[in-house]
Amino acid sequence: MRRMIEIRQLHKSYHTEALPLHVLKGIDLHIDKGEYVSIMGASGSGKSTLLNIIGILDTYDAGDYYLNGSLIKDLSETQAARYRNEMIGFVFQSFNLINFKNALENVALPLYYKKVSRKKRNIIAMEHLDKMGLKDWAHHLPNELSGGQKQRVAIARAMISNPKIILADEPTGALDSNTTIEVMEVLTNLNKEGITTIIVTHEKSVSDATNRIIHLKDGMIEYETNKANGVHVTTTNLNYQSL
Amino acid sequence: MKIFDLDRLQEIWITITHNKSRSVLTAFGVFWGMLMLVLMVGAGAALERGISSQVEGFATNSAFFASSPTTIPYKGFQKGRNWNMTNSDIPVIRQRVKELQYLSPVLFAGGNDDNVVRGEKKGSYLVKGCYPEYDLIEKSKLLYGRYINDIDIAERRKVCIIGERIYEVLFNKGEDPTGQQIRVNGIYFQVIGVARSTSGVSIGGRTEETVVMPFSTMQQAFNQGNIIHFLAATADNGIPVKVVQDKILEVLKLQHQISPDDKDAVFSMNIEEQFKMFNYLGIGISALIWIVGLGTLIAGTIGVSNIMLVTVRERTKEIGIRRALGATPKNIIGQILSESIVLTVIAGVTGIVVGVGLLRATGIVLSQGDQFFKDPQISFTMAVASLIILLVIGTFAGYIPAQRAMMIKPVEAISEE
Repeated sequence: MRRMIEIRQLHKSYHTEALPLHVLKGIDLHIDKGEYVSIMGASGSGKSTLLNIIGILDTYDAGDYYLNGSLIKDLSETQAARYRNEMIGFVFQSFNLINFKNALENVALPLYYKKVSRKKRNIIAMEHLDKMGLKDWAHHLPNELSGGQKQRVAIARAMISNPKIILADEPTGALDSNTTIEVMEVLTNLNKEGITTIIVTHEKSVSDATNRIIHLKDGMIEYETNKANGVHVTTTNLNYQSL
Repeated sequence: MKIFDLDRLQEIWITITHNKSRSVLTAFGVFWGMLMLVLMVGAGAALERGISSQVEGFATNSAFFASSPTTIPYKGFQKGRNWNMTNSDIPVIRQRVKELQYLSPVLFAGGNDDNVVRGEKKGSYLVKGCYPEYDLIEKSKLLYGRYINDIDIAERRKVCIIGERIYEVLFNKGEDPTGQQIRVNGIYFQVIGVARSTSGVSIGGRTEETVVMPFSTMQQAFNQGNIIHFLAATADNGIPVKVVQDKILEVLKLQHQISPDDKDAVFSMNIEEQFKMFNYLGIGISALIWIVGLGTLIAGTIGVSNIMLVTVRERTKEIGIRRALGATPKNIIGQILSESIVLTVIAGVTGIVVGVGLLRATGIVLSQGDQFFKDPQISFTMAVASLIILLVIGTFAGYIPAQRAMMIKPVEAISEE
């Protein structure tokens, strides 16, 4: 099977006190294994919501979502947790490291929930930190690390359970341009190793690094840009045009 | 899901130790509650032990009698008549009260004007005349010599046993007093023994400051005729003192033409009832201690629960991250519950240890002094019971916070900045 993500007519509303807020209005999206995708759009366009649904952190109201061939719908919290643990690695804008755990413990945490023994998971965590060039920082707490280092720790943590997909929500949002380049290099290299990578961003420099850019507007896909022979070609969304 | 999974304990331990002040604050209430409970139970037990050591060595199945003016006119006698128990009452009581174990008449005298003299040394002490059996009712420990015996009574020997304090005053340290003569209320007696009390309870005055002599000797030497001041009796094994007490009262009233309905003409006291009161007092104190102690502990528990609840809110992000990384709701409940239990147990055990230490220290300080407070300590059973209580408490304290933590949605938690 080629398909990693298959989304059909996905709808999502948030029920606020005043009016229900229709955030995603019928998304159709296919992402193959090993693709390097970025999702762009103005704030409020629904890109983070889409990413959360793909990451099974959030539920959707209508439509279908298949992850690696299995339908992700009405899952129990326990099932959702298992999918997240085994399939998905998360990278967040604000790093979301646990502040009282050192880098090594943070990286090892997903394996704790996979019931890997402490000794073993610390060895694996150290390997991943080493890969990120952070071996010497293993025993430092997050607040002793720079932004770039924190994000690399977070990436190491996302990678430790050998996920099928990396979902990154504004991974460079809190970083300066030099560190942004550094972090994007790491993500690009991971993608080259064959991991499906989806990045939500509003920075052009970030999306330019990816092979496929999906532009969201008001909860719908406006258009896509594909990199063919190193050049981005825009494909206009027919549904959108017909509106 | 195992509770005592080593790996899980390590994970919890990291969370607890990396958030020291939070953990200490959370645990303090339980520590304090447990400390108070241990201290109070220990002190209560010490008080009970103190009281029971006071009455130890005193026959708890004893009753006492003394005469008092009549209050009801009877058989031609007016009320307000003074009467005395006499020697002739003894054989009658022995004959008619089969449930009797020991019986001793007692005479009292002296107690002032340096009535006890040996050469230059003198002092004022109580003088008590009784039967050998009296030593079976109010047991004394003999430091020298012997107690009075039946031959002393029969021959009206002028012998006496002096209390330890009197010995210290009249004799040099280490001097053997037996065979020595002392003057008691103007008459010379030979010392045959030195006594010390084994009980905190004594009739008339402290054994250490009393001269004891044969009842018959005392009656004759001090011109008391055939009267008896005081009667001490014990009930046979398995028979309530009350039975003996009532029968003796009946005999005394009959012998001395006192109305059977006259409740005040014979003063009578039943030690068993006094002891029962002590027991009830003890039970009352324990009950109070447990109520207050457990109350404090419950307050501590609510404190733990409360702080953990606040903590869970504060830790929304941490919990959200854990959820995103694959923690199931069960994992999260387990974590919060285990944290609560581990914190409670550690705090509680610390409370027990500190409490036991303080009790031990108090015990050492008080070991010389106050006898009403003896060996303050808690039992092993009590310690084990409190450990179980702590486990239960920890679970209860963690339950609501754990439920709250489980409700945290990862997406909301993570997006929170």
